[in-house]
Amino acid sequence: MNLQFIADGLISGSLIGLGAIGVTLTYSILRFSNFAHGDLMAWGAYAALTVLGAISALLGTVAPIGMLSFGWPLVVAALVAMALVGGMALLLDWVLFARLRAKGQSIIVVMASFGASMALRSLLEFSFTSKPEYFSRAIQMALPVGFGIRVTPDQVAMLLVTLVLVTSMHLFMSRSQTGREMRAYSQNPALARVVGIDVARIVRATWLIGGALACAAGIMVGVLVQIRPLMGLDMLLPMFAAAILGGIGSIPGAVLAGLIIGLSEAAAVQLIGAEWRAGAAFVILMAVLLIRPAGLFGVSER
Amino acid sequence: MIDLLGYAAFFLSTALILGIITLGLNLQWGLTGLFNVGIAGFVAIGAYTSAILTTPEAAERVGGFGWPILAGWVAAMAITGLAAGLTGFATLRLKSDYLAITTFGVAVVVQLVTLNAQGLTGGPFGVAFIPRPFASLAETPVAFNFANLAVVAAVTLVVYLALEHLSRSPWGRVLRALREDERAAISLGKSAKSYRIQAFAIGGAVMGLAGAVQAHFIGFIAPNNYLPTLTFQIWAMLMVGGAGSNRGALLGTIVVWAIWVGAGAFSSALVPTDWQARTAALQIVAIGVMLCVILLVRPNGFFGGRRRK
Repeated sequence: MNLQFIADGLISGSLIGLGAIGVTLTYSILRFSNFAHGDLMAWGAYAALTVLGAISALLGTVAPIGMLSFGWPLVVAALVAMALVGGMALLLDWVLFARLRAKGQSIIVVMASFGASMALRSLLEFSFTSKPEYFSRAIQMALPVGFGIRVTPDQVAMLLVTLVLVTSMHLFMSRSQTGREMRAYSQNPALARVVGIDVARIVRATWLIGGALACAAGIMVGVLVQIRPLMGLDMLLPMFAAAILGGIGSIPGAVLAGLIIGLSEAAAVQLIGAEWRAGAAFVILMAVLLIRPAGLFGVSER
Repeated sequence: MIDLLGYAAFFLSTALILGIITLGLNLQWGLTGLFNVGIAGFVAIGAYTSAILTTPEAAERVGGFGWPILAGWVAAMAITGLAAGLTGFATLRLKSDYLAITTFGVAVVVQLVTLNAQGLTGGPFGVAFIPRPFASLAETPVAFNFANLAVVAAVTLVVYLALEHLSRSPWGRVLRALREDERAAISLGKSAKSYRIQAFAIGGAVMGLAGAVQAHFIGFIAPNNYLPTLTFQIWAMLMVGGAGSNRGALLGTIVVWAIWVGAGAFSSALVPTDWQARTAALQIVAIGVMLCVILLVRPNGFFGGRRRK
C-alpha cells in the first residue's frame, strides 16, 4: 500500500482547515454561513498574482529562496494581498451584509452572500478569463522522506506556514483582548453588549481576519496547485464540512476537521478513484448532521 | 414572420419551463422560508430520472426502459421529491443555514454523479435520444414549436393551479403561520419539522418535473446544463417577481429570462468573438449585483403584490 496519500491528504487538509477558520468565525460571530468565502480565497490568489506581476515588472526576476519555487516577491505580494482581501471583506460588509444584518433575517444575509459569491467569481472570470494561472512555472522535484512518501519543498514550506498561522490564530483568540471579546460575543451577544464590548470593532476584526486567512489559503492553493476563478467554489463544500465537523466557532476543531476531510479526500482518491474526490466532504457532512450536528468540539445550541 | 412566431413559441416554452422551477422554489422559499442553493441538482435529478426511464435501450449505460413520457415525468417527480425529502429530513431539525449548506452539497454531488457514473448517466456526453412529445411534427418546425408550447403551458398551468390551491388550503396556512411566527404555530400543535419537510419535498418534486419536461423538450441532456448558474438564475427570477406569489414567480421568470436572452443576443451581435466568454461572465456579475440590490432595496420584488408584510 502506497502511503503517499497520507502526505497529500495532510497538505490539502491543512489548506481546507485554514479556509474553514474564516467560515467558522463568520458563522459563530456574524451568525451566517458565508457562501462568498471561497471567492475571497480566489480573489486573494489573483491579488497576489497581480502584485507579483507588478514587482517583477519593476525589479526583474528575483532568484527563488533556497529550494522553493518562489522568492521574496511572493512573500511581499502575499502580505499585500492579505491586506487587500481583508479590506475587500470589510467593504463587502459595509455595502451589503451589514445593511441586511440590520434587518434581522439571517437567511437573507446567506442569500446575499450567495449572490455576491456568483458576482465576485464571474468578475474574476471577466478580468482574468478561466485559463489557469501559476505563480511559477518551475517544476519541483519531490524528495523522498521515507515510507515511500515524497514531498516537494513547497509543500513542506506551506505546511509550516499553515502551522504558524493556525498557532498564532489560536494564541490570538485565547490570549489577546480582541480575541477574548470575539469569543465572548459569539457565545452570548446580548451579554457581550451589556459588558461594553464594542460590537462594530468585533465585526471588523472578524472580517479582516477571515478575509486575510482566506487569502492566505488561496495563495497556498495557487502555489501548490494552480489559480483558477473556480478554485474557491471547489473548496467551499470541504470548508463548510470542516467548519461543521469541527464544531461551529472552534478554531482547533476547524483545523482538525480540515485535516480529517483532506485525508478522507485523499483516501477516496486512493481507494475509489480521483473523480469521486469531491464526494468525500459531502458524505462526512451528512454523517455529522445525522449523528452529531454539534460537531467534534461544538456545544449544541439550546 | 412565421419564423418569428416559431421563435416566440420556443422562447416562451423555455421561459415557462424555468417558470415551473421558480414555482417550486416559491413553495420552498416564498411560502415556507426554506433556503435551497442546490436547485440545479434537483432539476438534474428529475431530468436524468425521466431520461433514463424513457429512452430506448442503449448499449453503453443502464436504462433505456422505453417508458411512456408521462410515466417518466411522474417518476421524475417521485424521485426528486424523495431526494428533497431526505435532504430536509437530515437538516430541518437544525439551524436553517445547515439546509443551505447541504443543498449546496447535493448539487455538487449530483454534478459529480452525472459526470462520472458513466454507466448510469452517460458521463460528460449526457443522454441523447430522449423522446420528444409530438416528434412526428418535427418536419414543420412552427407546428412543432407550438405543440411543444402547448404541452409546456399545460404543465405550467396545472402546477400553478395546484400550488395556488395548496397555498390557500389549510396546509398552506400552516406553512405561512410557521414562517411568520413559528412559536405560535407550534403551540397550536403543528409540527414545524414535518410540515417543512413536506413543503421542501413537494417543491423539489416540482423542480424535478421541470427538469424532466425540459429534458423531453430539448431531447438531450448533459451535466453542463445543471451548473450553479442555473440555481442563481432561478433565485434572481423569484426575487425579481417577488417571493410568496406564484404569479410574481412566473412574471419574474419571463422578465429575467428575456433580459438574459436579450443581453446574450446583444453581446453576440456586437462583441468580438474572443471577448464573448468575458461578456458572458459579465452577464452573471450583473445578475448577482441585481440580486443583492433587490435584497437591499426591494425585498418584496416587483410583481409580488403586498402579501408579505
